Parts: sequence; C-alpha cells; structure tokens
Amino acid sequence: MKAEAKQLYGIVAEFDTTSAVLAAARQVRAAGYSKLDAYAPFPVHGLDEAVGAPPRALPKLIFCGGLTGGLAGFFMQYFACVIHYPLNIGGRPFNSWPSFIPITFECTILFAALTAVLGMLALNGLPKPYQPLFAVPAFKRASQDRFFLCIKSRDPKFDASQSRRVLEQTGALGVYDVEAC
Amino acid sequence: MATEPKVEKFDSAVLRGRHSYDTVTDKIASIVLTRNQPRAWIFGAAIAFSLLMLFLYTAAMVVAKGIGIWGNNVPVAWALDIINFVWWIGIGHAGTLISAILLLLKQDWRTSINRFAEAMTLFAVACAGMFPLLHLGRVWVFYWLMPYPNTFALWPQFRSPLVWDVFAVSTYALVSLMFWFVGLIPDLATLRDRAQNRAAQIFYGVLAMGWSGSARHWSRYETAYMILAALSTPLVLSVHSVVSFDFAVSVLPGWHTTVFPPYFVAGAVFAGFAMVLTLAIPLRKIYGLQDLITMKHLDNMAKVMLATGLIVIYGYAMEGFMAWYSGSPNERFMMYNRLFGPYGYTYWLLLLCNFVAVQFLWSPRIRRSTLGLFIVAMFVNVGMWLERFVIIVTSLSRDFLPSSWAQYHPTFWDTGLFIGSIGLFLTLMFVFIRLLPMISIFEMRDLVHKTGGGSPRESAENKRK
Repeated sequence: MKAEAKQLYGIVAEFDTTSAVLAAARQVRAAGYSKLDAYAPFPVHGLDEAVGAPPRALPKLIFCGGLTGGLAGFFMQYFACVIHYPLNIGGRPFNSWPSFIPITFECTILFAALTAVLGMLALNGLPKPYQPLFAVPAFKRASQDRFFLCIKSRDPKFDASQSRRVLEQTGALGVYDVEAC
Repeated sequence: MATEPKVEKFDSAVLRGRHSYDTVTDKIASIVLTRNQPRAWIFGAAIAFSLLMLFLYTAAMVVAKGIGIWGNNVPVAWALDIINFVWWIGIGHAGTLISAILLLLKQDWRTSINRFAEAMTLFAVACAGMFPLLHLGRVWVFYWLMPYPNTFALWPQFRSPLVWDVFAVSTYALVSLMFWFVGLIPDLATLRDRAQNRAAQIFYGVLAMGWSGSARHWSRYETAYMILAALSTPLVLSVHSVVSFDFAVSVLPGWHTTVFPPYFVAGAVFAGFAMVLTLAIPLRKIYGLQDLITMKHLDNMAKVMLATGLIVIYGYAMEGFMAWYSGSPNERFMMYNRLFGPYGYTYWLLLLCNFVAVQFLWSPRIRRSTLGLFIVAMFVNVGMWLERFVIIVTSLSRDFLPSSWAQYHPTFWDTGLFIGSIGLFLTLMFVFIRLLPMISIFEMRDLVHKTGGGSPRESAENKRK
C-alpha cells in the first residue's frame, strides 16, 4: 500500500456538530486507530480525551517556572543587598527580607506566566505557519463552524482506502485526502 | 403616544437573538475584514489622532527642556504626572478583573466584553508607563531602574516601594500583553481563514502562528489560559497595592494610611469599570452589537461599579475617621485642609462624582438606561482623577512645616500631556478596533454552544430535547 502516487499526511473527515465529532472520534479509536487528531473552532469538552491521552505536562512546567522566578527574584535582592553592595538603609538589616517580598512575588508571577505562554506554544509546536491540513479547502471552516477528525498516515493501522471507509461510516459530511507537504 | 422608549427592554440573557457558530463569527469578524468603517470611527480616530499629536508635542518638549516646564515645585514634587500614572493604571485593572477573575468564577457574561477590556488594560498601562518615565527627567536612562550588571556596581534600592512599583507595573504590562495575545490566537486563525486579500491573509497568518484548532492544542491552550488567569488575579491585586505603597510607606499626613492598599484596589476596579462602560456603550451602538453586549452586561458592570464605589466611600470615611482618632494634629489639619483649604473645592467635587453620582446606580432604571449609565461612568472617570489629585497635591502642598508650604498650579505642559495621553489611549483603541476582533469569537462560539445553539443541525437537535 506504500506504493501510492501521492504521499498522504492523513485522511480528514468533516462534521457539523460537537456530538458528531465526539462520537466519530470514539468510533475510530474503537476501530483500533491511535494516531488521530480532532480540530474544532472552540475547545470542545472531552475531545482531547476522545482522540487519545490528553497532554498533562504544562502545569508542572509552569510550577517550575514560578519557583525559579521566585528564587531568582529573592536571591537577586539578597545578593545585591547582602553580598555585592551592602548598604545601611535606615538601620535595617542587610537581609531585610520583608522588603524583598513584593519583588519576589512579581518575579514568581512573571516567570510562571512566561512559562505558561511559551510552554504552551512550544509543546503545541507553534509557530508553524503552514500545516498539511491547510491545503484542504474545507478545512478553512475548522476555525469557524466545522469540526474535523484526521487519521494520520503514521498510524500503524493506516490504509488509505480502509481508513477512508472507517471515516465515511462515522456519518461525516465529507472525507478528504490530506497530502503530505 | 408612540414615542421611542428611552430604556432598552431588559432581559437577563447574555446573548440575545438566535445565533449559530456562523452568525457570531460573521458578525464579529466582518467588523475587521471590511473596507468601510462607520463614520463614527473615522470621526473618532481623527480626534484621537490629533490628541496624540498633542501628546507627542508636549512629551518632546518635556524631554527637550526638562520637567521644569511643569508646574511641579518643592514641596509638590509629585503632581499631575503621578496623578495620571495612578489614574491610568487603575483604569487598567478592570480589564484584568473581567478577563481573569470572572473567568475563574465562571461568569458567562464576561465573554463578550473581555477582549476589548483587556485591550483597554494594555493601552491604559502603556499610557500610565509614560508618566513615571517622563518624570525621570532623563528618560533615556530609564534602564537604571532595572537591575542589570553595570560598571557602576550599583543596584536599585530594593527596599523602596518605587522600585517595587517598577517590577509590579512591568510584570503587569507583560502578563496583560501575553494574556491578551494568547486569547487572540484562535481568533487570528479565524481571520486568517476568512480574509479575502493576500495582505490580510499574511498579516493574520503570521500572527496566528499556524493555529489549527487541534484538540490537543486546545487542551494545552485551556490549561495555559486558566493558569494565566489564576496568576493574573493575585497580580492585579498586588499591582495597585504596590502603587498605594508609594504613598502609604511614606510619613506624609494623608498618605501614611493602612487602608490604602484595599482602598486603592477597589478604586482601581471602580475606575476601570467606569472606563469599560464609557467605551462599551458607544461601541455596541456604533457596531450594532446589542445582541452580544446586552443590557445584562451593562447592568452587571454597573453593579460591580456600585459595590467597588461603596468600598471607596468607606475608604474616604476611614481617612476622615483616622485623622480624628489618631489624635495627631498634623493628621487633623490634613483633613481640615482637604475640606476647607485652598484645594477644598476638589474634595467637594470628588464627593459629588464618587459619592453622590454613584448612588444613582441603586436604581434599576438608571442601570438599564445606556444614557444614564454613560453619564454616571463619566462622573466616575472624573471623580477618580480628582481623588488622586486630592491625595497627592493637597497632601504635599501643606505638610509639616508651614514655612515650606506652596501651591501647585498646572502649566500647559502638565495638562497638555494629560489630555494628550487620552489621545494616545484612544488612538490605540481605534487601531485595535480596526485591526483585531473586539469580541472574542471563539469564546462566543463556546457560549452559543453552551446556551443550546450551534450549527443549524445542532440547535434543531437541542430544541427537540
């Protein structure tokens, strides 16, 4: 089956309701496929679980980011005021830690927020301005009012004609080939 | 008599009329993806742009000639520059409150106002940042405020609230920017896919970074968005608390008050909601968004304004009470001076704006009339500016030593810079409305879905149930 005229990235099916795409995703998973993804114009509850194990790494990363920020913020001040340039300000101790709290707090938030945004983008593989799916004309509606389910060709069970039939049986509005770029 | 009813019919829906994914997408995206703009946009943008020119002119003169051209003197070393800073940064707070706190509280009514409220936050913080920077006098060495390795072996004074302020405000600006941009990504993808001309496709395509709406991406996206909201909530409370420390940590009567942090935060939210209303009421009319920004939204915002307004009034009462209860002659004189001193009229005007005008919001008739709300919101905008004038100028001009008292009179360069900064704010706002969707499209689709709508088939199915 590998000897095909065009290399496929996968096969994508179009739906018009959230319940249809959810049911289809479960059906395709039950048929034994594991490398699939769904596309929706807004976050659909449960869709990430329906297409496979949902990602879980981000919150831990953000926690580490926040911790790093807090420690860096505090010890920057500690280093400046105790080690590098100790200066008596109003008779306060060099390590006047209560005065260091606001900046420690702000650094915690800043680092955690940066980790949240950059981590989300990096784990999602963005920026990636062009993706094979964008070549499917119908896919323009994935950002507007339609839902899509794609079986990718790297799935061990993938077979162009049989996978297409599986998708057609889910009651899709249309099934399209996605060429690899 | 068949007169047009002044009061729009009130219903408690956050989304009026029959909407599907398609209609909300079209309604919001078509405001951006069109050649024509309503006359009100062109007219408003022209005024805003002229005021921006005034800002550039006055700012350039302040940098070129030095801040001596302002009316600031000793003892009133902080005047309009710091008043404007606190005013603008306060206005920003409502945006974060709407987008973060109401998201965590799962308030559906935030959805159609969060985007432009966040934009408002961002632009208000940009305006706020201008004033302390220009007040530096030598704005080109602004980076001395930041800790960085330098050959002077010098550090910022980390025990000073002014340095805390630098960290708080710059963190706030950055986090607000990220929150706003992350919220925009799916909508930028929508605009990319709907744009007809090449330039718009490239512009939105680059900004959307290849967002495809994959379920896994949405999953991480929602996680990141919720955590950002959870981070912004304490951040927004900390920012105005730190701003209030600029005053409260000093020993000046009128500034040295423990009620300042909560009272400043409430005042910030109060001022911010007034500004959101000031912007939302004309916007929904000009762009015909009454279905998406309903009377329910305006009513809720008015209620938040009333609640925070009452906290602010409590703050005023506590200032008066503590001045008397402290037994300190300086504190008592400060209060007397506030009421009957040379700047006394500003305090009475402040009470008119922030105490009297706000009481009208108890009435549902006022809360549900766009004109009435707009007038109250304008009073609050003015009142919150006056509040900072009273706190800063009245307290500074007469401190402990009568021999060093002095009056402050703003010059053209003070007022010009302030009015100009409104131009900067409005210009950014008009550009934003032109280029980016002012309501979050994907969250509106989600709202359509939650309220039982969706694609034509979906709503038919839901109706049968």
